[in-house]
Amino acid sequence: MPMSKALKIQSLTKTYANDFHALKGINLSVAEGDFFALLGSNGAGKTTMIGIICGLLEKTAGNISVLGLEQSKNVAKVKSLIGLMPQEFNFNPFEPIEEILINQAGYHGIERNQARKNAKALLKRVELWDKRHDMAKSLSGGMKRRLMLARALVHKPKILILDEPSAGVDVEIRRSMWQFLKELNKDGMTIILTTHYLEEAESLCRNIAIVNDGKIVEQTSMKQLLAQVSQQVLILESAKKLTNIPAELEFSITQLDEYSLEASVESGIGITQVLQTLAQNDIEITHVRSAQNRLETLFLNLVNK
Amino acid sequence: MWVQYKTIVIKEILRFSRIWVQTIFPPIITTSLYLLIFGGLMGERIGQMQGVGYLQFIIPGIILMTVIQNSYANTVSSFFLAKFNHSIEEMLVSPVPYWVILLGYISGGVARGFFVGIGVFIAVSLFIDFQIYSLPVTLITFLLTAILFSLAGFINAIFAQSFDDISIVPTFILMPMTYLGGMFYSVEILPEFWQSVSQFNPIYYMVDSFRLGFLGTSTTNFFTSIFVLIVMIFVLTMLSLYLLKKGVNVKT
Repeated sequence: MPMSKALKIQSLTKTYANDFHALKGINLSVAEGDFFALLGSNGAGKTTMIGIICGLLEKTAGNISVLGLEQSKNVAKVKSLIGLMPQEFNFNPFEPIEEILINQAGYHGIERNQARKNAKALLKRVELWDKRHDMAKSLSGGMKRRLMLARALVHKPKILILDEPSAGVDVEIRRSMWQFLKELNKDGMTIILTTHYLEEAESLCRNIAIVNDGKIVEQTSMKQLLAQVSQQVLILESAKKLTNIPAELEFSITQLDEYSLEASVESGIGITQVLQTLAQNDIEITHVRSAQNRLETLFLNLVNK
Repeated sequence: MWVQYKTIVIKEILRFSRIWVQTIFPPIITTSLYLLIFGGLMGERIGQMQGVGYLQFIIPGIILMTVIQNSYANTVSSFFLAKFNHSIEEMLVSPVPYWVILLGYISGGVARGFFVGIGVFIAVSLFIDFQIYSLPVTLITFLLTAILFSLAGFINAIFAQSFDDISIVPTFILMPMTYLGGMFYSVEILPEFWQSVSQFNPIYYMVDSFRLGFLGTSTTNFFTSIFVLIVMIFVLTMLSLYLLKKGVNVKT
């Protein structure tokens, strides 16, 4: 059964007052319940697209529908379906954290008592409850991001749009944020994510679109996209000094130093096969890592076409 | 709509209450100084104005001046800061109609004008014992004046691109208009030409009506003053809504 569309964009264009064509006919669809990545270099048009979807920017032409509702005819309803965590901090730094959430809920028509309950639950979930009376300006960069995530969720939207959610967030907090996002998605929320951390997109998202110069250059599933990678480069480390490296193998190999090798492996050859082949040649590998993120390789290929 | 409106008003009241040292307290000190110097020390030498003592004469104008300045200051600073720190986006991504945004900010400006006005009134009561001649006239004039200058502050904030832009209008337009609007003198003492010029200053009508409410003395017709105020409020409301809908300096 085909899934209904959480977001459908048709022929979306945006030209700014200075004649800059930020979007040049975007066509995009995101299924309900999806965890969707929107990748692109700086200035590719991602934030403009998000701004238009959320009502922060005016489109030049095109159509947007959200959960079957045409945006231009259902402005208020569409806004209530979406939660946005923007790239830049956009709260009043002189407002207490709890107030920011309560006000945001109020703007969505949620009564103050209920808003207070929603704010409490979310602030606890993002570990900011102890700071609820503090001014937003006193928070660290990572805390500010979590505040914006909680604010985006305070009216219980159906679709969550995250524009660079992990920028400036340390590894530990990033992992816990990922866990929270996975839980939200599991509970049925559609999540659209833009990120510069390609590892983030690879580990969270099921489908992906790549934006370049105001156009979608690829839209597919993450699995299919990654399957396009014809070659992966592995760094192999050994506990023993490496001598007598065989010249002829099923994959090309280069010695990096006395203890490590770089192997370029075509798709179809598994890591187990690589390790077994090396073991047969008396090379015992203790540690393996990828030299380059696979998605990063693809991304660079697509945007540099 | 009611919840959204209430949220904006509460946010605005909490905002200026949190910084009461900057917002509520200074006008009370300034007013006390005006009354001490112009009313107490110099007033007796000036004598009577429009049939009342000078100290009594200037009190309505001084209270209304603080209402004008604070209603204006509240909307201009709050809305400009919301643009400056992008927190205006909190409302733009939410289903808040533009007229509710405008009404919320205007109500915030009126609330600050009211609190400061009451504060100044209490300070004034320490200097002189007097009774209000007509409470309805006083309250109607206060309300319309506070609404009008909250709207003017809102429009200033929409156009403002820098902090300079939000201080230019109050310093170079609002203050001269207020001082030349008959706050410290009766327009009757001016030469005929300047009396005619004063007819084009809207603050003249407001001060005069407010003085009517306080003292029962005036140089204009109350209903003319109210008509002028209502027409100006209507024009500025339409302009504000148009600018918000167009997204001038808010959306691109």
